[in-house]
Amino acid sequence: MTYSKLTTVSALSLVAAGFGASAQADDLTLCWAAWDPANALVELSKEFEAQSGHTMSFEFIPWPNFADRMLNELNSGGKLCDLLIGDSQWIGGGAENGHYVKLNDFFDSAGISMDDFADATVYAYSTWPKGTPNYYALPAMGDANGWFYRKDWFGRDDIKAAFKEATGRDLAEPKSQKELLEIAQFFQGREIDGQTVYGAAIFTERGSEGITMGVTGALYPWGFKYENTPGSYDMEGAVNSPEAVEALEFYKKFYQTATPPGYTNSYMGESLDAFKSGQVAMAMNWFAFFPGLYADPDTGGEKIDFFVNPPQNQEGSTLGGQGISVVAYSDKQDAALEYIKWFADPAVQQKWWDLGGYSAHKAVLESPDFPASAPFAGDFLEAMGAVQDFWQEPAYAELLIAMQKRMHDYIVADQGTAKEALDKLIEDWTEVFEDEGKL
Amino acid sequence: MTETPLSRAAQATPPGVARKIRGLSDRAIAWIFVGPTIFLLLAINIFPLIWTIRLSFTDFKANRAGREIKNVGLRNYERILTDSDIWLNMQATAHFLFWTIFFQVLIGFALAYLINKKFRGNDLWTTIIVLPMMLSPAVVGNFWKFLYQPQIGLFNYIVAFFTGKDPSSFEMLGSVDLAPWSIVIVDTWMWTPFVMLICLAGLRSIPDYIYEAAEIDRASKLRQFFTITIPMVLPFLMLAVLFRGIENFKMFDLVVQLTGGGPGSTTELTSINLKREAFEKWRTGYASAYAIILFVTVFGLASIYVKALNKVKER
Repeated sequence: MTYSKLTTVSALSLVAAGFGASAQADDLTLCWAAWDPANALVELSKEFEAQSGHTMSFEFIPWPNFADRMLNELNSGGKLCDLLIGDSQWIGGGAENGHYVKLNDFFDSAGISMDDFADATVYAYSTWPKGTPNYYALPAMGDANGWFYRKDWFGRDDIKAAFKEATGRDLAEPKSQKELLEIAQFFQGREIDGQTVYGAAIFTERGSEGITMGVTGALYPWGFKYENTPGSYDMEGAVNSPEAVEALEFYKKFYQTATPPGYTNSYMGESLDAFKSGQVAMAMNWFAFFPGLYADPDTGGEKIDFFVNPPQNQEGSTLGGQGISVVAYSDKQDAALEYIKWFADPAVQQKWWDLGGYSAHKAVLESPDFPASAPFAGDFLEAMGAVQDFWQEPAYAELLIAMQKRMHDYIVADQGTAKEALDKLIEDWTEVFEDEGKL
Repeated sequence: MTETPLSRAAQATPPGVARKIRGLSDRAIAWIFVGPTIFLLLAINIFPLIWTIRLSFTDFKANRAGREIKNVGLRNYERILTDSDIWLNMQATAHFLFWTIFFQVLIGFALAYLINKKFRGNDLWTTIIVLPMMLSPAVVGNFWKFLYQPQIGLFNYIVAFFTGKDPSSFEMLGSVDLAPWSIVIVDTWMWTPFVMLICLAGLRSIPDYIYEAAEIDRASKLRQFFTITIPMVLPFLMLAVLFRGIENFKMFDLVVQLTGGGPGSTTELTSINLKREAFEKWRTGYASAYAIILFVTVFGLASIYVKALNKVKER
């Protein structure tokens, strides 16, 4: 054997050995919430298993316990999850408390560019401090709060005539928040096919994040802002602005005059139940549920249609969705990064959308076929163009719990005025930021 | 010499161990037996208590391990005691505590009095009555949530049947006025059997000859009830009140399932609020101060109550 042949064989042996070492199969655990898109991800991940040789386990937690369970896991340095699809609001805590692996170097080496993902999703799901090129997650699941309605009821001549008579305008998808309320009030208590139906299912849940996610659906279109100057935590005049007060009063009126009886502690599940049981004409919920709703044999298909959260003073939708992060306490970070690299591939992202997940990749969203690919695809694009998110601070949980309390006290328990509720919210948030040393 | 279990145990003790024990004083042997218990008590009760007291003077957050811990003196205590929202939680807890105990004692004693009368099917009825307290609070909470549902709930239909009101016109869990009563009703339904059993034990402990003597003295049934039954059952009743009081002061699961503390904060009992502060907001220092205040309150009230109970027993 000549010297050069010997060298070649040795090099090949080394490469093979190296490949063998990197191809060591791991069992990765991916943690997320238990909902429809999670099932789609299980299906999608089979391809990764076949390609990489790794096996995937999943830990899906029901939404009401998701934040509690996962934040406790992170805070205790738990090794349950190698990959976590965590809520956008956790990014600050994930980054500052060292729970998430910073992905910049990995993105550079793997050729993943954040420019390939929708700007709003990169800003919301990946960056900390906000808007800086410091990435702790890859946008995994774009989402926003939207609306769906009984298209079959909206199309009935008797109902259309009654609506015209009652309001003087045609029954159609609302173009403003006030039109939305008017339609909901029209349906409230109406007899349809011998059954009493109600206006709309909105979020009023107290325990986790429900009422905050619902009420911000009104606050954002009215022009609500968390701070006068971003990053300054000066909330007086922003959080309790006249527009915010009006929006809050609007949401309370909506709750009191256009929702089913007993709708005092309702979130995603209750919204879906109310709609699928034919109880309500309209409902708010996350776009993530829309593929399942459209496929529903009883209330889906031709009976359902979708619309983006209507504007009022401006366009605005509450941001949902999540980024996928590598947990810093995982012993299998290399395999977890392999998963992220695979997941960022445009072909995988397209398949993700096809299966019912909401890709944030521009190759999918900007494809000319995308708006017509599903009845809600165009609305999703529109919504993602005007999304706003809650605080993403490390103290996000304290900020959220304060808002949950103040909103539920005012809207559901009917205590105090909207202005008082927002003033108290500023007091609560100021205390939190003082404790954090930011004020 | 007859062989007793004690002598058998002595014979079975290995000579080496027996020699060692023989050299120990009674006090030392007592410490050997009591020592492990005292150690466990110190490790899982006293040490955490002291640690909690220490944390209550800091701004420690358990979810921020790397954060600098500052000593804040009495600030946490001051914030808690001057927070009007916490006083509202205290009021909600007091309302829940008072009315659940009131109804449970009243109904529990009445049921025990009836069950104590010999009648056919007595045992069957006792079993049926105690069923609710055998269920898990989480199950009971979910079950009653459905019963209270304004559109399909049986409870609303029963109320509507008797009052003529529309069943969906009132919301037991969603109304600020009704929600505090809705949790009282469920807790009463679940725990009245417990009070009944304690009262029943008290009633059955009264010797028949006392009533026979009263009969001979021509005491009326009412007189017998107030001068024999009530005084002799009173220590048992007071014990039931103590157990239920301590249990309901820390009530959490049932109410979380039913209302989650809502509507607003109407049914947010102190234990629910404390859990939010400690494990959702992660204000560990603040929550420690809160826990100490609650501990002192319960401990103080229970001590006074136990003294009263002992006095009643001595009579």
